[in-house]
Amino acid sequence: MAIAPEREAWITGIGLVSALGEGLDAHWDALNGDRETWLKLDSTTHAPYHVHPAVALDLAKQIPDRGDRRQMEGWQRLGTYAAGLALENAGVKGQDDLLKSMHMIVAAGGGERDYAVDGQILSGLEASNEPGKFLNERLMNDLRPTLFLAQLSNLLAGNISIVHGVVGSSRTFMGEEMAGVDAVRVALGRCHAAQGDIFLVGGAYSAERPDTILHFELGHMNWTGPWVPVWERPKDGGGTILGSVGAFLVIEAREHAEKRGAKPIARLARVSSDRTRRKDGDAEHSMAVQWNEISPGLIPGATVVVSGATGVSGAMAIERDILDQRRVPTRATGSVIGHSVEATFPANVALAAMMVARGEAVPPIGGSKDEARMTRKVKQAVVTSVGHWRGEGMALVEAI
Amino acid sequence: MAHMKDKHGRPVVVVTGMGVVTSLGQGKDENWSKLTAGQSGIHTITRFPIEGLRTTIAGTVDFVPFDNAPDLTTKMAALAGEEAVAEARIGDAGTFPGPLFLGMPPVELEWPQRQDLARASGKSADITYTDILRGAAAKDFSAMQTRFLFGSVGDALADRFGTKGAPISISTACATGATAIQLAVEAIRRGETEAALVIGADGSANQESLVRFSLLSALSTRNGDPTAAARPFSKDRDGFVMAEGAGALVLESWEHATARGATILGVVEGCGEMADSFHRTRSSPDGAPIIGCIRNALDDAGVTPADVQYVNAHGTSTPENDKMEYVGLAAVFGDHLAGIAVSSNKSMIGHTLSAAGAIEAVFTLMTIRSGVIPPTINHTEADPAIRMDLVPNVARKAKVTRAISNSFGFGGQNVCLVLAAEPA
Repeated sequence: MAIAPEREAWITGIGLVSALGEGLDAHWDALNGDRETWLKLDSTTHAPYHVHPAVALDLAKQIPDRGDRRQMEGWQRLGTYAAGLALENAGVKGQDDLLKSMHMIVAAGGGERDYAVDGQILSGLEASNEPGKFLNERLMNDLRPTLFLAQLSNLLAGNISIVHGVVGSSRTFMGEEMAGVDAVRVALGRCHAAQGDIFLVGGAYSAERPDTILHFELGHMNWTGPWVPVWERPKDGGGTILGSVGAFLVIEAREHAEKRGAKPIARLARVSSDRTRRKDGDAEHSMAVQWNEISPGLIPGATVVVSGATGVSGAMAIERDILDQRRVPTRATGSVIGHSVEATFPANVALAAMMVARGEAVPPIGGSKDEARMTRKVKQAVVTSVGHWRGEGMALVEAI
Repeated sequence: MAHMKDKHGRPVVVVTGMGVVTSLGQGKDENWSKLTAGQSGIHTITRFPIEGLRTTIAGTVDFVPFDNAPDLTTKMAALAGEEAVAEARIGDAGTFPGPLFLGMPPVELEWPQRQDLARASGKSADITYTDILRGAAAKDFSAMQTRFLFGSVGDALADRFGTKGAPISISTACATGATAIQLAVEAIRRGETEAALVIGADGSANQESLVRFSLLSALSTRNGDPTAAARPFSKDRDGFVMAEGAGALVLESWEHATARGATILGVVEGCGEMADSFHRTRSSPDGAPIIGCIRNALDDAGVTPADVQYVNAHGTSTPENDKMEYVGLAAVFGDHLAGIAVSSNKSMIGHTLSAAGAIEAVFTLMTIRSGVIPPTINHTEADPAIRMDLVPNVARKAKVTRAISNSFGFGGQNVCLVLAAEPA
């Protein structure tokens, strides 16, 4: 089958919010600063668990309507805010005609619980002689009707449509880290193939929730020891520290961007993804195959790897297998922004774009001794993703 | 092979295998005979206690044993997928030559799991999430963790069918199944793959999901006569009926399907979508997103309103949806609407939520292939504000070569598919 020549895809807008701040400049400054600037850990609220909480936001700047803010929960506010930043950064905010033809892909997990209600119901169920009836009564009486709207995965996208007017299309991908990879991959594939000219893609994750921490605790995957960079955790059993992140990218066909006079931040050249059973080295093999598809185009000495390393031992070993052989300077952002599951990959594409745009890598993250210094000019960044359970993916971001 | 391209020069995408599970039964044959007989699968809920609930009816699938919602979703998806893959005769055993696009509901821990965790903490009163976390840390719950990952459903299905690459799991609320089809069509059109397995499945009718919809006043409370509860477009409609099921389709480029001698069951000619920016649970009063989404689908297919003979309606049976769908159809089809048959499968199978778009695409293609339009049952009192040929109560023989299938999502995500017979 004949495939039309690919159109070049640019990243023309980025909205990033994490523990390190809001926007790429704040992230650059924090990552280049000292420990006080890059380690914003909350070790008390959810003790013994740490989280990297999102920086405090003036939500009204991106979500002006109070009713809108009230109808969202934390992860939706974070995502809607970051999406607004990305649109602003791309110079398309409020431009209704453009937003009507803008395609959106959001990577999302599930929404929040009413923790007090859950606790009361669980206590009551233990004491009840008719637990089924009791549960019905409590749910009917105690659930806030609007909480449902914060629980549905597709309602982050729904809120972005409502608040920012992005309505060309709206799709929500689920499936932890891979949802983030595939959201970016499918947007890029569609852009390359002229199935749309301008895309908004990203995700949001709130770590400041007992139920998200719970999910990782079911597998005993939380890191509860004193903070260390992710690379140092596997030798002591491994573990992740979750982080609240909102990350959105505007991906745009070059010709479309040029026509409206938009400046590129970086080129998104390639995204790949795969799913293996993680048996008999198949994940390592998949990462090697994906790397080999990218590597012929890499400029020697000008590449940095922006890693989504989680801190979870099994996944870390798969990634080390490839990185140790290639010996490319690596920056694992999760050491200081935390692991943000669906938002991890879009956030790392954003940080990769930041580095190639500046032509410079940030110093080893969190002072990691496992990350080599990089003094040469950075022209390309490979973004890696090895999900904590499943999914292997990669992207190539290039300077323009 | 120029004739295998569509009017926009893209590969034509065809359907070569289909499978379905609903409350009416398992498989296309059983579903089709009941659907065309006007039979309802809606019944009083027996899965969990119903005391104290405002709505006590649903179209649950009760013949598939299961442990929890993601488990039931996976099992129904597998049943529908197997029927589709067998019909398509595609791939070697255990392999499928393309990716999986899966429409499914969000995954979350359920009450039995929360109770297990609370018990593991040793506390039985004044339980908080601190206790639940302590319970989680006390024992090995890794199997529970894996089961309640969003990616676990797609992972199990990718293993079972041997699909290629990362499975894509999609949620666009009630439009989910249609979005899954659309993503697969786009992947084939851009040459990323020659074939794709699309499944929409939803097994999430548990207590809490029912209560959530109930609290939004979205559900029918016509509990006394369950089979009469879903009455799309009738004047006395009072809400949708929650239901479960799965629909599966094998999609291929026409060229690929023809080259391997596959039977072509129909063509996905076009997909259109437009999101709504009006409100989280209500659609724009002017119907613009619905109108835009149907028009986009017709444009994508390169056809006009005059080319359509049948509308497989979203038709949920809520007062607002059905009114807005009529407004949208009237605007797009104008005078042609009088000559177009419109029916809602949901009158019989209820609203299968994340599965609906896929299940209803299967039924639409069966309508085209068989020349029988399933009825809109429970149509006893016409809504004077809705003037359409609703194929009331009794199935009808009719030649249909092209139809649209509508899916309008809660949260503003709207998708319309244009489905047609194989070109002569």
